[in-house]
Amino acid sequence: MKPAAFDYLRTENVGDVLEGLTQEGGNARVLAGGQSLMAMLNMRLAKPKLLIDIMRIKEFRQIERKADAVVIGAGVRQAELLAWPDLAEALPLVALALPWVGHMQTRSRGTICGSLAHADPSAEMPLTLVALGGEVHLRSARRRRRVAAKDFFAGMMLTARADDELIEGISLPIVRDGRFAFREVARRHGDFAIVACAAMRTPSGVRLAVGGVADVPTARDWPRLEGSALDDALNGFAYDLDARDDVHATARYRRDLVRMIGRDLIREVLQ
Amino acid sequence: MTRLKADSRHLVRFKLNGKPVEAEAEPRMLLSDFLRHQLGATGTHVGCEHGVCGACTVVVDGMLTRSCLTLAAQVDGCDVKTVEGLAPSADRLGALQRAFRRNHALQCGFCTAGILMSLDHYLSRNPAPTEEEIRDLLSGHLCRCTGYTPIIRAALEAALSATATEESSDA
Ligand SMILES: Cc1cc2nc3c(=O)[nH]c(=O)nc-3n(C[C@@H](O)[C@H](O)[C@H](O)COP(=O)(O)OP(=O)(O)OC[C@H]3O[C@@H](n4cnc5c(N)ncnc54)[C@H](O)[C@@H]3O)c2cc1C
Ligand code: FES
Ligand code: FES
Repeated sequence: MKPAAFDYLRTENVGDVLEGLTQEGGNARVLAGGQSLMAMLNMRLAKPKLLIDIMRIKEFRQIERKADAVVIGAGVRQAELLAWPDLAEALPLVALALPWVGHMQTRSRGTICGSLAHADPSAEMPLTLVALGGEVHLRSARRRRRVAAKDFFAGMMLTARADDELIEGISLPIVRDGRFAFREVARRHGDFAIVACAAMRTPSGVRLAVGGVADVPTARDWPRLEGSALDDALNGFAYDLDARDDVHATARYRRDLVRMIGRDLIREVLQ
Repeated sequence: MTRLKADSRHLVRFKLNGKPVEAEAEPRMLLSDFLRHQLGATGTHVGCEHGVCGACTVVVDGMLTRSCLTLAAQVDGCDVKTVEGLAPSADRLGALQRAFRRNHALQCGFCTAGILMSLDHYLSRNPAPTEEEIRDLLSGHLCRCTGYTPIIRAALEAALSATATEESSDA
C-alpha cells in the first residue's frame, strides 16, 4: 500500500522542528531513519498531516564521549554507532546488542533515538537503555528535560514523550570494569526478539533486563545469587513479567526462555 | 527550511548512477515508485513495501537503503545507485553479475536487483568476506527460488576473482 498524503518539511535548523511540532502536535511525526515509520505509513497504520525530516540537522549527528557517559544525538544511525571506534570499550553492552537490531540494510538508515521513540517492546535499544539506566533528552519549544529510562517507556509503543517534544539525544553511562552479557531468541536473525535478555554485574550483585515479554523492557536487581535461590528469583521475575501468548510464541515458552537465558547470562557475568 | 505541500507535485533532483535526473513527485511518493514510474528505471523491484523483503534495496549516499521506506523527496540532492549502474557497459556484465550467472544464483530474478546492490556495496568495503558474513548480509533479503546457496557461492567467487585480479595487476 501507499501512504496517505502529508506535508513534508526538511530543515537544517532545530528551531523549525520544534515549531512544527508545537503547531501540529499529534498530527506531526518526526522522520528519522524511516525504518519503522515508513512501514507504518505504507500500511496506513499512521496518517500524520506533517512529516518533519530531522536527518539534515548537523548538530544531531554527534556521538560525544564525556567523562562518565556517551551522548548520542538524534541523527546518529545505528550503523554509525556500530562503527564508532570506542564502542566496545565505552559501551560494551551496546556493542553486543546492536548487531541484533534488524539487518545491515536497515541499520544503515535507522537511528538509535528513532528506535527508542518507536518503543517496540521487543526492540534491543530500549532494552539496552533500561539495562544501563540511561537517560532520554527531550526538547520542545517550551523546555528541555531529561527522563530516566525506567520512566520513559510507558507501554507498548508508548513513551513519556509529549506530542510537541523531540528526542534530541540520549545519554548512556560508561560503566568501568563492567561485565555484560546479551542474548536473544528470534525466529530468524534480524527479526524482532521473542525474548531478549541483558545482564550486567553491579556493585551489589547483578541486574537482568528482559525485552519481548512485558509491554516495556524491564530490569531487576539482585544481590549475588546462586543455586536454587537464583532459580527462585528468576522464576518469580518470569511470572511478574506477565507474558502473553501471541503468534510467535506462547507465554509459557517466553517464561522458559527468561529462566534459561537469565541463568546463563547471570552465571556468565558473575564468573 | 523547505515545506512541500501534500496536494501538489514538487521537483525532485538527484544523481542516478552518476547522471543528474529530475521529475515531479508528491511528498508521499516512495523512492521505489519514483525510480520506476517517474524515471522509468524499472530494475529496482518492489515486493513487500514494508522493508522486509529487500527487493527494492538501492544505495543512497553510500548507505544501503530500502527504497520502499524512503521518500523521493528525502533523496533530493543525493547520490543514488541502482542495479542499472552495475554493468560496465550495455553489452557487458560486471564481475558480480557474471558470478551470479555462472552459479545460477537467480531463477525468477525478482529478488536479484536488491541482492546485487547489497553485495556490490558490501564487497566494495569488505573485499575478502567469510561465508558467515555473506549469510548475515543476506538475512536482509528474501529469495523464494534459489535456496540462497548459489547466491552465497556467487558472492564468494566474485570476491575471490576481484582479489585475484588485483593481485595479478599488482604483479
Ligand atoms: C526488516 C526490518 C527489521 C527490523 N528489525 C528490528 C529489530 O530486530 N529490532 C529493532 O529494534 N528494530 C528493528 N527494526 C526497526 C528499526 O530498524 C528502526 O530503525 C527503528 O525502530 C526506528 O528508527 P528510525 O530511525 O528508523 O525511526 P523512524 O522510523 O524514522 O521513526 C520511528 C518513530 O519514532 C519517531 N521518532 C524518530 N526519531 C525521533 C526523535 N528524534 N524524536 C521524536 N520522535 C522520533 C517517529 O516519529 C516514529 O514515530 C526493523 C526494521 C525493518 C524494516
Ligand atoms: S519492497 Fe522494499 S523491502 Fe520489500
Ligand atoms: S530468484 Fe526468484 S526470488 Fe530470488
